[in-house]
Amino acid sequence: MKRLIIRKKSRKNFLTYGIVVAAYVALMAVMAAGAMPSAIQGLLVPMCAYIIAAVSLNLTVGVLGELSLGHAGFMSVGAFTGCTAAMALANSGMPSWGRMAAAVVVGSLLAAAAGALVGVPVLRLQGDYLAIVTLAFGEIIKTVVTNLYIGIDPQGLHFGFLKPDIGLGKGGKMIVNGPNGISGIEKISTLTAGFLIILLCLVVIFNLVDSRSGRAIMALRDNRIAAESVGINATKYKLMAFVLSAAMAGAAGALYALSQNTVTASKFDFNTSILILVFVVLGGLGNMLGSIVAATVLYILPETWLRQFSDYRMLIYAVVLIGMMLVTNSQKVRTLLGKLLPQKKTKEKEGQGDA
Amino acid sequence: MSKKILALALCLLLAATCFAGCGDGSSSQDGGSSSQGGAASEASQAQGDASAAEGAIKIGGTGPLTGGAAIYGNAAKNGAQIAVDEINALGGLQFELRYEDDVHDPEKAVTAYNTLKDWGMQVFLGSVTSKPAVATSTEANSDHIFFLTPSASSTDVLGGVENPLTETVEIERKDNIFQMCFVDPNQGSASAQYIYDQKLGEKVAVIYKNDDVYSTGIYNSFAAKAQELEIEIVSTTTFTDDTSTDFSVQIADAKDNGADLVFLPMYYEAASMILIQADSVGYKPQWFGVDGMDGILTLDGFDTALAEGVMLLTPFNADSDDEATSKFVSTYKEQFGDVPNQFAADSYDCVWSIYNALKDEEVASDISASDLCDKLIAKFTSSDFSYDGLTGENMTWDETGAVSKSPKGMVIKEGAYVGMD
Amino acid sequence: MVFLSFVNNLINGISLGSVYAIIALGYTMVYGIAKMLNFAHGDIIMVGAYMCFFACTGFGLPPVLGILTAILVCTVLGILIEQLAYKPLRQVTSLAVLITAIGVSYFLQNAAQLMWTSNPRIFPALFGNGGIQLGGELTIPYKTLVTICACVVIMVGLILFTGKTRTGKAMRACSEDKDAAQLMGINVNATISLTFAIGSALAAVAGVLLCSAYPKLIPTTGSMPGIKAFTAAVFGGIGSIPGAFLGGILLGIIEIFSSAYLSTELANAIVFLVLIVILLVKPTGLLGKKIREKV
Repeated sequence: MKRLIIRKKSRKNFLTYGIVVAAYVALMAVMAAGAMPSAIQGLLVPMCAYIIAAVSLNLTVGVLGELSLGHAGFMSVGAFTGCTAAMALANSGMPSWGRMAAAVVVGSLLAAAAGALVGVPVLRLQGDYLAIVTLAFGEIIKTVVTNLYIGIDPQGLHFGFLKPDIGLGKGGKMIVNGPNGISGIEKISTLTAGFLIILLCLVVIFNLVDSRSGRAIMALRDNRIAAESVGINATKYKLMAFVLSAAMAGAAGALYALSQNTVTASKFDFNTSILILVFVVLGGLGNMLGSIVAATVLYILPETWLRQFSDYRMLIYAVVLIGMMLVTNSQKVRTLLGKLLPQKKTKEKEGQGDA
Repeated sequence: MSKKILALALCLLLAATCFAGCGDGSSSQDGGSSSQGGAASEASQAQGDASAAEGAIKIGGTGPLTGGAAIYGNAAKNGAQIAVDEINALGGLQFELRYEDDVHDPEKAVTAYNTLKDWGMQVFLGSVTSKPAVATSTEANSDHIFFLTPSASSTDVLGGVENPLTETVEIERKDNIFQMCFVDPNQGSASAQYIYDQKLGEKVAVIYKNDDVYSTGIYNSFAAKAQELEIEIVSTTTFTDDTSTDFSVQIADAKDNGADLVFLPMYYEAASMILIQADSVGYKPQWFGVDGMDGILTLDGFDTALAEGVMLLTPFNADSDDEATSKFVSTYKEQFGDVPNQFAADSYDCVWSIYNALKDEEVASDISASDLCDKLIAKFTSSDFSYDGLTGENMTWDETGAVSKSPKGMVIKEGAYVGMD
Repeated sequence: MVFLSFVNNLINGISLGSVYAIIALGYTMVYGIAKMLNFAHGDIIMVGAYMCFFACTGFGLPPVLGILTAILVCTVLGILIEQLAYKPLRQVTSLAVLITAIGVSYFLQNAAQLMWTSNPRIFPALFGNGGIQLGGELTIPYKTLVTICACVVIMVGLILFTGKTRTGKAMRACSEDKDAAQLMGINVNATISLTFAIGSALAAVAGVLLCSAYPKLIPTTGSMPGIKAFTAAVFGGIGSIPGAFLGGILLGIIEIFSSAYLSTELANAIVFLVLIVILLVKPTGLLGKKIREKV
């Protein structure tokens, strides 16, 4: 019986990997054929970043069971540090994929550090109090980055806070220019890199969930007191999941920043945190494939298909969002829908996340 | 155990596919750039088809049509639409206009731009606001599509401006990017010069929005010029999008430091809040605004008496008796129900200046965006090209992409602008 | 001079805080009973403000009628939203309801933009522009007085309502234990719907007072004050009615003082930092009840 459960689980994991790889191959094929409209092509790398962010948030919300409303803050840390790293290495003769990789590593390391810094105090709290503190940290990170100045000149990196004059010498270059953020970014993140990071994150999460630590984390989610009573160190395991999630969000941030011409701190605000949370909840808590699909659909939809409705675009998006929540969560609405469209009923059940 | 082996095998398999993917990736990256070129030529083919049917040159633009900054995007869109309608009514060269929503977000602006490119856009009116325009101008530069923004005034949009501290050009000049509005530093230093020349204030306070490119850009050049002219700045305070409701601290700081002139480099909705709150604490300094202040008089429900005596440098005055302006204002009112602000006037001028640049040329409507771009750059930078519009007379452009026109000093008297001399 | 500006800042802080407090009261009311974070609360505030604006400037009604119109429309809107969007989700996780609330918030904002455009409107000064002179440079604006009075009246009213009346007690019972309340013959669904009606009516009042104090009216007027007020509610201990009042006032004072004496750039960060520190010392907010966990 136990083996059967494990087999079922790993089958699901394989399915997730398979779909991601298949999607990558399909996208590459379409692009090689030159049949990809530029509107969609421009969305692909940011889409990867949002998928990674959604998957990483799912680790906190779905697996660890703590609501976080400040996930974009970690993306911001990753984006700004990663981008700084990539720009500082611009003249080092490194190939672009090397700089990209360095940016992702730096971004995720520093985001992990921020995660640890936030996690130690925050994880003592519970429920909605924890949610509000993550929101507060997200806002603090946004304000700090808004007032941060980083420049580079032949002597090395210069940092400043609140004051734009950071003593750059001749031949120097501002990288992070306070509220104006970073502009003139060389777009070096690629779709391949995006998909590689998605796969890496999935490998890490699936292996964590199937490990002893993962079971400890889920035990804490399901019943903290019972888990602690059998000797599980709540702080350690909670922090582990939280820091890992922050690191992945940092990688997502770095990937995102390097796919844009310009990023500012205000991009990673409360609304972005909420956007990612929407992907996670809609995809199903703990369901990674669900997060991926939800992030893809909800990110691509308003930017492409919904554009034909011009001003009504976001209104329709809101209605779609509410409708999807009702359909996936309310038994009553589902039965009602089932009566109206008998053949669609089974389909919706499949699409529903195993929350 | 077997599970672990399985996982390991899977990892190896993945790694293998990844490396294969990488190989693919690097080659297809090159392929990507060439296919981008391919896409561009395809797009121009597509546009050839579409415009052969329509016979019109496709003009695109992005701006915030929804969200908090929607007022600017919609004004620009409406202004451009009026110009296009007027031009099409003349016969001859025909235009087709399409605006896409960018929600004042650089990421969405690039998508909006790409959507326009797929549509077959040949001339780009850029983005209405600065942050998105920095992103779309880079894209338009690499695609070589002519870009003339009505209102994105940051120097980062044009590129090629040297940072005086480091003597380096941080963003290369994007040769096909032009502006219809004043570039921010010009406004800041012109304002400081004006205050100095007219001896408007002894002690100056500045309140600016520090998470906004437009506001910080003007502030920085104002502060630099003020230092040069030895104007005493006694109070400098800031606000952000999140703190743009309560200005009591900023006003109290200016008041306590005895400022007799307050410089407000910001848009009018924030400025109106400052005027109202200053009035409620009885603080009445000389207010000095910038072109973003235009629109304050037509704000629904705003008591224009509060703006009495406010000075501003603006290129556009909706109350002007000038024939072209009054015709534009009445058409705008008729079609869209309110008084146009300078965003509308600037984008109206953008479309007309493009028309003027093209009307004497032999331009087929299916010309590729790149060829059209070359023609327009040559025309705009040529010494004999100038344009008279709503926002200025004898406007000319040079290689830097910045417009040269003189701002009009205006003062608000009895709810209307009056020219200052 | 230093003392004077200190008192002035204190008045400004209380003025801002009283607006947060009145929004936070609505938040905490809905949270306390329905156990959901109603993110659309800020947008109902915006709708209330628009209603009052149109009633007072468009139809020339006196302020009192304007406020009543706003209350009426918002109450109906609140019940409608509750019936359509939240009621079907009564049995599922609070997270699903949270996302639905965000959807409702997007909907209201965009609908408002389509109906009333995004051009800002300046809210009329319903309570006059002047204030009470306290000798010399100090004035307490009437709008601040009205807001604080309204706050206190609503707070006392809510405490009495939930403490003394039958319906109020039923609400508290629902908040303690829905199933047990049901078994005691309380109509849980109706009680929660009533809570939303009251919460929305409070939002309408908050909208009018918010816009009287800070008169810029746009479709996103409610969002940032909504988030801040939510913070204030948590600060005071979410679910606690006096806590929301205290949290709101303190948040306003901290915000004004940090921007006056520390840095205008960092004011927001300092507010949130204080919040975090308070929550670390008192994990359920200033006046929040300590939740005992059952095994």
